[in-house]
Amino acid sequence: MNRYETVFILTPVLSEEQAKEAVKVYEDYITKNGGKIKHNEFWGLKKLAYQIQKKSTGFYNLVEFENDGTLIKKLEVEFKRDERIMRFLTVRMEKDHVAFAEKTRNAAKAEA
Amino acid sequence: MAQSDIRYLTPINIEIKKDKYCRFKKSGIKYIDYKNPDFLLKFINEQGKILPRRVTGTSQKFQKKVNKAVKRARHLAILPYVADLMK
Repeated sequence: MNRYETVFILTPVLSEEQAKEAVKVYEDYITKNGGKIKHNEFWGLKKLAYQIQKKSTGFYNLVEFENDGTLIKKLEVEFKRDERIMRFLTVRMEKDHVAFAEKTRNAAKAEA
Repeated sequence: MAQSDIRYLTPINIEIKKDKYCRFKKSGIKYIDYKNPDFLLKFINEQGKILPRRVTGTSQKFQKKVNKAVKRARHLAILPYVADLMK
């Protein structure tokens, strides 16, 4: 079971709730198709370093999930099909990456 | 520069041989995260270009990780591809 981390950007045209809904849609998609969500972070509206589709802000969201790898292609097709998503990046997490993510998460939890 | 008490006419610029070290090996960082820009800003110059190893002194193994992280951050618009007088 590999561990994956997907970051995607939603257009700022959406309101906060619509953005959350879109994220929810993809969470269910992942769980339905054999992925197990480990962690979900919604970074909210952030300024982009350069304009994407003539927009300079976007809703960032990070999803960390476990899967054997078959889900990735389908998920990316879904991302391409959905025009609310401006950009996405799926990364397979190595051993050090997983350790790093766990550590930062626990640190954040310890702080909160 | 050490404050030498002898005043020369023209200040001799002795090239202080600062031995470069790989900051990742020294501080034991294993993974470079592509999501936090402030850490990555240390490795790019004002125009947003990636600094070469001879300037930063990082080892090849970690320079490749830095490259990958910076390029991913650029893809996600966390870092700009081209910037003027950034930082």
